[in-house]
Amino acid sequence: MIKVKINGQEQSWDGDPDLPLLWFLRDEAGLTGTKFGCGQALCGACTVIVDKEAVRACITSINDVAGREITTIEGLHPNGDHPVQKAWRQVNVPQCGFCQAGQIMQAAALLMDNPKPSHDQIREAMSGNICRCGCYQRIENAVHLASTGV
Amino acid sequence: MNFIDNPEKLRGFEKNVRVEKVSRRSILKGLGITGGFVLAAPVMSRQAFAYETGADKMPHGVVVDPRVFVAVAPDGTVTILAHRAEMGTGVRTSLPLIVAEEMEADWSRVKVQQAHGDEVKFGNQDTDGSRSTRHYLIPMRQIGASARTMLEQAAAKRWGVPATEVKAVNHEVVHSATSRKLGFGELAADAAKESVPSIEGLKLKDPKDFRYLGKGQISIVDLHDITTGKARYGADVRLPGMKYAVIARPPVTGGKLVSFDPDAALKVPGVEKVMQVRGWPWPSKFQPLGGVAVIARNTGAAIKGRDALKLTWDDGANGKYDSVAYRKELEEASRKPGLVVRQEGDADAALKGADKIVVGEYYLPHLAHVSMEPPVAVADVKGDKAEIWAPVQSPGGTREDVAKTLGIPEGNVTVNVTLLGGGFGRKSKCDFALEAALLSKELGAPVKVQWTREDDVRHDFLHTVSVERIEAGLDKSGKVIAWRHRSVAPSIASTFAAGAKHEAPFELGMGLVDMPFEIANISCENPEAAAFTRIGWFRSVSNIPRAFAVQSMVGEIAHATGRDQKETLLALIGTPRIVKPAVKDMWNYGEPFDSYPIDTARLRKVVELVAEKGEWGRQVPKGHGLGIAVHRSFVSYIATIVEVAVDDKGKLTVPRVDTAIDCGTYVNPERIASQIEGAAIMGLSLAKYGEITFKDGKVQQKNFDDFQVLRMDESPLVTNVYIVPPGPDTPPSGAGEPGVPPFAPALMNAIFAATGKRIRNLPLGKQLEA
Ligand code: FES
Ligand code: FES
Repeated sequence: MIKVKINGQEQSWDGDPDLPLLWFLRDEAGLTGTKFGCGQALCGACTVIVDKEAVRACITSINDVAGREITTIEGLHPNGDHPVQKAWRQVNVPQCGFCQAGQIMQAAALLMDNPKPSHDQIREAMSGNICRCGCYQRIENAVHLASTGV
Repeated sequence: MNFIDNPEKLRGFEKNVRVEKVSRRSILKGLGITGGFVLAAPVMSRQAFAYETGADKMPHGVVVDPRVFVAVAPDGTVTILAHRAEMGTGVRTSLPLIVAEEMEADWSRVKVQQAHGDEVKFGNQDTDGSRSTRHYLIPMRQIGASARTMLEQAAAKRWGVPATEVKAVNHEVVHSATSRKLGFGELAADAAKESVPSIEGLKLKDPKDFRYLGKGQISIVDLHDITTGKARYGADVRLPGMKYAVIARPPVTGGKLVSFDPDAALKVPGVEKVMQVRGWPWPSKFQPLGGVAVIARNTGAAIKGRDALKLTWDDGANGKYDSVAYRKELEEASRKPGLVVRQEGDADAALKGADKIVVGEYYLPHLAHVSMEPPVAVADVKGDKAEIWAPVQSPGGTREDVAKTLGIPEGNVTVNVTLLGGGFGRKSKCDFALEAALLSKELGAPVKVQWTREDDVRHDFLHTVSVERIEAGLDKSGKVIAWRHRSVAPSIASTFAAGAKHEAPFELGMGLVDMPFEIANISCENPEAAAFTRIGWFRSVSNIPRAFAVQSMVGEIAHATGRDQKETLLALIGTPRIVKPAVKDMWNYGEPFDSYPIDTARLRKVVELVAEKGEWGRQVPKGHGLGIAVHRSFVSYIATIVEVAVDDKGKLTVPRVDTAIDCGTYVNPERIASQIEGAAIMGLSLAKYGEITFKDGKVQQKNFDDFQVLRMDESPLVTNVYIVPPGPDTPPSGAGEPGVPPFAPALMNAIFAATGKRIRNLPLGKQLEA
């Protein structure tokens, strides 16, 4: 029996320990905010925060995160008012929105680690997250806004 | 992105599908809106009205009935149906916003509800071709004005005053002479009893009184849900007892399953079943490819199970498709005469007599859509009833196809449209929903079919592959006196019927025969090309290779004559005039030429605007270069300037992009800007990396590692967007797609300015490093 804490709640799993965390979250725990975009750690759509680090849930097995604390987009802030989420809305970042949970989680992890990232640091840290709609200019502006206070 | 000249021809092969829909109209009841709404009455009427767009010529046309689209609850909440699919353009907000504007509803008290697929009830729902605002600006205003009129009439009756004395203002009806007011909620029950006014008699608002339209102050309705993970896409649908499926499909289009061994797959924990999926012989429009499905308790188990399958395929007739060899065939075809599709003057003679001939042969490979959300659908089939939840651009078409595939009446199929995690034309084709329907029927349980990214890349309806060859003849003064453009590319029509060898009018009309230059001798030709894979609409379609070729050629002519790119471009566009190409069955994005002519004054204007705002001719540092391109598509006019920087190792960066768009009357300039910003990213993606290749009939790419798209660290540092203010009578035109075509040629013209290297073969890849 594998135990994990997701958004503050204890969850357990007694199936395949190799099951990617992504599918545990989406299909078993019903937390569909975390998205599937590639399954190969190439796009960042599945980004969640494990302890304090951004992690690609599609290549992380449930066993790898046993006993650890996982935060998904649903748990980032109780009212959805994390500074990154607020900045995203202020800048009207999303187009289709499908990549945005992963982008927001990546940005939140970046700001935990580096509260005032430079332009280049933002571009580098966010480059693992693809946005096929092409919202990059606004994502960059929103991360900057979140880091300077919304 | 689905605009066959006569879409009905390709949508459903059997005409009886339509007949059946029409006859069912009389028994339709129960609207999309349920609950305590009172303005939604179960009555349907269709009023004929002559629109200046092609809206009423689309399958199932336009429905203007406030009782279908609007509901007012006693508490004043106004619910407006969004009948088009949201894939990132903002249409789910824009169209209801138009209704709210015209009915004087307060947007903060409006709820948007997504309509299911039912074109008899809602009119055409095919969300593609950059048509939604263009076709629905006026109908949505009429719906809003009808609802407003009914509310005003109800208030006037209640007060016993003439309707001309009352006026709806911000969610209330006011009688100013007596300072009386009634809220929309208080009037709803009475308003529902009023008859629907005739369209002709409606009084639309004066645009100067608009509170929302044209302002760009309203955020998309899904913004909060998207930022909190609550927004529901196709993949997020969960039903009780639902099974999860992934499918192994034939690696070659048109291939067939020979045998399979499910044993190892069945041993994977969580896998419950392995079953065959019916496939249709190629070409089969949007029918499934067939294969073997693995059914499991979650998607992860299904994928692992599929990896363990042992499969043998017969590759069939397309097993020899090879991109390298095929490209040679296309190039050779482009060097020989082909079917003449536009002829003015005598291009052959003029080329022979020319002082100088500039020749360019441009290649654009197949492209995959790779919308961020791979195809996915949920189906629940019970007996002769089916319910679908899917991110589809065409819910009406999906409903028809599900009914046909399952052999059940269309009225028994409900298609619920989720949000689309990107579409770009891929999700106009509902094969993934049909797969889910077939599996659910056989399993007797709800099923979600999830495509992996590998499935998406390998089994897409790809953008065509093309060679565009242009020969421009110049006289002694450098003036272009002859233009011969040969376009060779397999047609989208090949996905619908075997043996299509020439491009369809709707493809020829995207930048080939509608070429707007003022040249005395023009010949446009279309040599034959056969298809060996599924070809489909990709955001802006044939405009991509055409604009790339034509606008690169402008840069080549500028170089050959030693003139400025922008001046060369304006000289070729020529005098302000309406261009009337000598073309039989000329296709104009389905729009009448009277209201949407090819207007070179507007074309010139976007060039001049972008040149001014984008500081054309500015001094740039060494290694930098500026390029410009303009293109008319989806009846909009767009010009782009790209600045590039190429370092001494050939590494490319894009410091700045400027784009000017004239899309006529617009609803939400903020979303237009986001579409254009995104188009620059997609344009740079395809120019830099976009290439799907085939060997032995199989796609050689699989995921974002070998089919790359642009990431943030290589995206333009700044993209500026300028929107031309519309004239009072300029009808709306497209905004979702037109940003893409001018980008690649502007980029290549800029690269030439920076390096002296002319890139004629896309993608750029490592060509600058050589
Ligand atoms: S789905 Fe995990 S990185 Fe793409
Ligand atoms: S908003 Fe569509 S993929 Fe990013």
